Amino acid sequence: MTAQILQTNTAAFDPVKVDPVTLDIIENALRNAREEMDATLFRTAMSPGIREQGDAFPLIADHDGKMVVGQFGSFIDGFLKNYDGTIEEGDVIWLSDPYSCEGAVSHNNDWLILIPIYHDGRIIAWSAMFGHQTDVGGKVPGSLPTDGNSIFQEGIRIPPVKIYKKGVYQEDLVELVLHQVRTKEWCRSDLNALLASCRTAEKRVIEICKRFGDDVYISATKDLLGRNKRAMSTLFTSSIGEEKVSFEDFICDDGMGFGPYKIKCTMWREGDKVILDFDGTSPQSASSINFYLNENMLKMFFGIYMIMVFDPQILFNDGFYDLVEVRIPDGSLLKPKFPAALSCRTHALGRIFDVLGALLGQRQPEFLNAAGFSSSPHLMFSGNDEKTGEWFQLFQIGFGGIPGRPFGDGADGHSLWPGFTNIPNEFLEKYFPLRIDRYETIPDSGGAGLNRGGNGILMAYRFLQDGNISIHDDRWFTYPWGVNGGAPGMRSRKLMIRADGSEEVLGSKVDNIAVHKDDVLHYITWGGGGWGNPLERDADLVALEVKRGLVTVEGAGSYGVVIKDDGTVDQEATISLRAEMTPQISSDVFNFGPSHEELRANCREETGLPAPIAP
Amino acid sequence: MAYRLGVDVGGTFTDLIVIDEATGKTRRTKVLSTPEDPSIAVISGARKICAEANISVDEISHFLHGTTVATNAVLEGKNCRVGLIVTDGFRQILQIARSLVPGGLAGWIIWPKPEPLAPLECTIEIIERMDAEGNVVIPLDEAGLRTRIKQLKDEKVEAVTICLMNSYLNNITEKRVAEICAEEMPDIPVSISSDILPEMQEYERALTTVANSAVRPIVARYVQNLRRELQSWGMTGHLNLLRSDGGLMSSEKAENAPVNLLMSGPAGGVTGALWIAKYAGLKNILTLDMGGTSTDVALIENGEARLRRETTVGNLTVRASSLDIRTVGAGGGSIAHVPELTGALRVGPESAGAVPGPVAYSKGGTLPTVTDANVVLGYLPVSLLGGAMELDREGARVAVQTIADALKIDVYEAAAGIIDIVNESMFGALRLVSVQQGYDPREFALMGFGGAGPLHANAIGRLMSSWPVIIPPSPGVLCAYGDATTQVRIETARSFNKRRSDTNDAELAAIMEEMTAVVTKDILEEGVSLEDQEYSYEIDIRYHGQAFEVPLSVDPATFKAGGGLEKLLVSFDEEHERLFTFNLSAEHELVNLRAVAKGKSVDVLPEKIPVGSADPVAAKTSDHKMYVDGAWQDAVIYDRTKICSGNRIMGPAIVTEMDSTTVILNNFVADVDTYGNILINPV
Repeated sequence: MTAQILQTNTAAFDPVKVDPVTLDIIENALRNAREEMDATLFRTAMSPGIREQGDAFPLIADHDGKMVVGQFGSFIDGFLKNYDGTIEEGDVIWLSDPYSCEGAVSHNNDWLILIPIYHDGRIIAWSAMFGHQTDVGGKVPGSLPTDGNSIFQEGIRIPPVKIYKKGVYQEDLVELVLHQVRTKEWCRSDLNALLASCRTAEKRVIEICKRFGDDVYISATKDLLGRNKRAMSTLFTSSIGEEKVSFEDFICDDGMGFGPYKIKCTMWREGDKVILDFDGTSPQSASSINFYLNENMLKMFFGIYMIMVFDPQILFNDGFYDLVEVRIPDGSLLKPKFPAALSCRTHALGRIFDVLGALLGQRQPEFLNAAGFSSSPHLMFSGNDEKTGEWFQLFQIGFGGIPGRPFGDGADGHSLWPGFTNIPNEFLEKYFPLRIDRYETIPDSGGAGLNRGGNGILMAYRFLQDGNISIHDDRWFTYPWGVNGGAPGMRSRKLMIRADGSEEVLGSKVDNIAVHKDDVLHYITWGGGGWGNPLERDADLVALEVKRGLVTVEGAGSYGVVIKDDGTVDQEATISLRAEMTPQISSDVFNFGPSHEELRANCREETGLPAPIAP
Repeated sequence: MAYRLGVDVGGTFTDLIVIDEATGKTRRTKVLSTPEDPSIAVISGARKICAEANISVDEISHFLHGTTVATNAVLEGKNCRVGLIVTDGFRQILQIARSLVPGGLAGWIIWPKPEPLAPLECTIEIIERMDAEGNVVIPLDEAGLRTRIKQLKDEKVEAVTICLMNSYLNNITEKRVAEICAEEMPDIPVSISSDILPEMQEYERALTTVANSAVRPIVARYVQNLRRELQSWGMTGHLNLLRSDGGLMSSEKAENAPVNLLMSGPAGGVTGALWIAKYAGLKNILTLDMGGTSTDVALIENGEARLRRETTVGNLTVRASSLDIRTVGAGGGSIAHVPELTGALRVGPESAGAVPGPVAYSKGGTLPTVTDANVVLGYLPVSLLGGAMELDREGARVAVQTIADALKIDVYEAAAGIIDIVNESMFGALRLVSVQQGYDPREFALMGFGGAGPLHANAIGRLMSSWPVIIPPSPGVLCAYGDATTQVRIETARSFNKRRSDTNDAELAAIMEEMTAVVTKDILEEGVSLEDQEYSYEIDIRYHGQAFEVPLSVDPATFKAGGGLEKLLVSFDEEHERLFTFNLSAEHELVNLRAVAKGKSVDVLPEKIPVGSADPVAAKTSDHKMYVDGAWQDAVIYDRTKICSGNRIMGPAIVTEMDSTTVILNNFVADVDTYGNILINPV
């Protein structure tokens, strides 16, 4: 099966030499077009997940499908290999089934629009954008069943279909799909927004081609990709060794009581090629935490991490893809077999970043960051509005502590995802029957360190009427690790305080929890790990953070700092406490906290929940 | 006789201009700025220009002023200590911000964690709560508030901000808290969020209001000083300040809402450039406003500067309208240095400012600056300010020699290197507003102004391929020109947030009528007579459920007569289709209503200069030598007051005038137009 591309103009592009100024202008114009894609999307989308939080990803690729600007790398190559049909001028592709595109999108909620951009009868570029839909049908509101055991329970699966066929909008098709979802108007609007966004890129690319000529444009994109490949090749050779390094981290549970699941990666270099091998990763889960990992996407993650850690001046695109080889075992958590459930892949997706960061930093601990908020916890709240009778459905992404870094402290209550923002609480209160009682970070939740981990967030939701909630989170069982002497961050927790005052601890992955008026949910996310020896942190800074409510007086003890009643540092007591604590600071690069056996033994006592059973 | 007096306070010079309202005739001057209290230079400059022009103080009808007092406070971190009062549960509103980490995937690895503008130790929570309909659900705990205010006193806050949840719907609690603050801390200015930005989104409202507080004491002190001095001098005219959006506001308003002044100074340059461009017949312009400490650049497309709903100064972005201007910390006063570690030549960001200033100014400066490099290369002649200020050429050479020694090159190569580096950094800023916005700089002219812009514009034009390079007359006082020629602009807005089915023509007509009354009252107070007033109205509209709205102009008469609303919906659908290629069947939502009253723009024609032949010899002052393209070359110095329309000046050459010096490089030619603009093109 391979897509058949139809072009009325079959002439090949002539390679031409592009002067550096023109190259600069084309690169910037493309980058700007990409930003315009975002702006168009946010301006026209309706679901808070996209319009307020930015859960959407654009790209512009060259005529061969290699990403020139964007974030998550290109999947177009894989799509073309698997698509059994024609591509013609005026066609627009729509898809959401991860199994149909080698995981370019990784759960049914992500709707992807792909436009082949034609100019004078030839494909000169591709534009694409995918965005998370609040609901795509299936067994639970939000379409992310924590106990799903097949992708057929996770809402409508859209194989690659033409939403426009030679310029003609396929209305019946769209109506058929929208009939399956709980949030029809949002999906309709968000779909239009994705289309408008890709159209913006189409318009801009054609403008650039008209201005400079198709040959100049095509040659320029080639040069841009080549420039990146050269820079990355140098970076790989200088920063990655030929001996193997490995790292493993865990997903705490699968929503069905089993866990933890291991993600293991081994990295080494052969010549100028880097190999990332996930051998040793747990087999796929019977539940929905599987992550169908697209290999190109992983290459992009890896490349960007390399750039950020070692040389942030390098511009990234797909140019370096040939320099990385990714090996993922079939049937593993990261390459599950159809029809495994995939909807709750966010935890594994996030954990990949902790693993990559640890791998890259292991040989050069001065570049190593601690573990962080490597996921995006969700809350769903839905029901029928008691005043208007209308269906409401909230999908909200939460945030937590940025890890302690060589660069400095991690930020408190921020996002590790690019471009993501929180939903203003006033917006939540205006459009959903709830009130936010508290919105603050939790003192001491960031791991102690010379550079402290960022604090996690406490968000207290007071529900103002009956409804149902779902929770998606992780790191409640294993700790976000610290590095170079830094302590792990605090784990996550979910506590429901019912209107009658009774309290219950909720699991980190649950669906269908009924809520009633004046029930209050304490949604507590985890903190970032600490970086470096906390006993070396400026004691006055610790005292100031106590005053600021970011660290408690007891928490100051983790830094070996004793705070007097007036809030200042007790110098003498601090010196002796620090001397006493010095032998306790681990000299290991990583501090994972207690072993899994200890965590299991103390689980119920510490977390209020039963320990997960090994899968 | 009535005169408009425009004053622009820069880091190094304070520029002044008077315009005769009847004839358009102008007169200008400049004095050294007095950074310790900028009003000293403003007043002394105003007295000076009036004396020189033989104008008596009571003839000044408008005193129009662009100020960087607020801007500099933010840039230099000299904000006052702000206390913040928030609803219980939201103390960390600024700490958490919008949770956004800029910079793409993994950008967090190298992102410096910012410190909130109101420190957490100065932030207190109070018991109170408003719901999302504007009803009080938990009443204010007044006793608790009074107790907690003690913490703000202990922390010695200099200004207080109040930002409570949902106060954009109902300001009653914020008002009450402000009253209690006034009782407990009578000398501390209080800003409340429902006044400064009555819009949904608690973080943006809090930040904007905190920014207002942060600069309020310093701006108030400044404006009050100025008003007192002007009054004691005998001035009875209006004192107006230029807002970041290019409109004027009364000094009293500015004192309470200084967040609108953050880009006041640079806005004057852009409004001045617009005025020049209009008469020079140019529609697409890049502006390069280079002063002593920083350079501002902007892009004018089709005769209009871009307006933003935000203002950004340094790392601070607040919700207040501004012209889209970018600033780099590079100017004539930027200090050149060679760090030992790398041995590279660096210029700035440290600046010698007005005090001690460049070595050549003999004000005590000892470190080599960009100005000193210009002196060494012969780009600046021996005296400035029409002979009032002699330059210490030898001092400049000695200072630049230290750079040459560190780099082991000769002093002229070192000076040329300093100029190349500073030009490159301005080139970078111009790219931000052009290339990076998808504009091709080759389709724009480049206007160089400010004290140092004309010195560097030709070289930067060469980097950008932006032609012609235009040097307006009096380039050093263009900002002051902008201050003096722009209009009074009064805006009022209402948060509306109603769906189509919940409103009608009559309701909208009534609100617009109320808003008209508000702006009319204000504009009359600004001294704009009825026949000089212009009104315009806008409604922000979107599909219900969208986050962003499209502003559309409306005519209140159509609402009064009926049918205005339907017409608006049709225009919106057309505009939405044009912007985003689709329409939705979702209901429309009217979000905000705005009324703007403007004073008629002042009809000041630029002065025409005498017509002459192509040969500029009559304006020649002397022969000269300039270091251009790596060698000393013969050049000519011309006097700008003597050049005529039609003159053609071959580079290398220098054109001197009271407030600025224009450099024309080798292989470039300058033509002089009817209004005395110098237009430089490649030969």
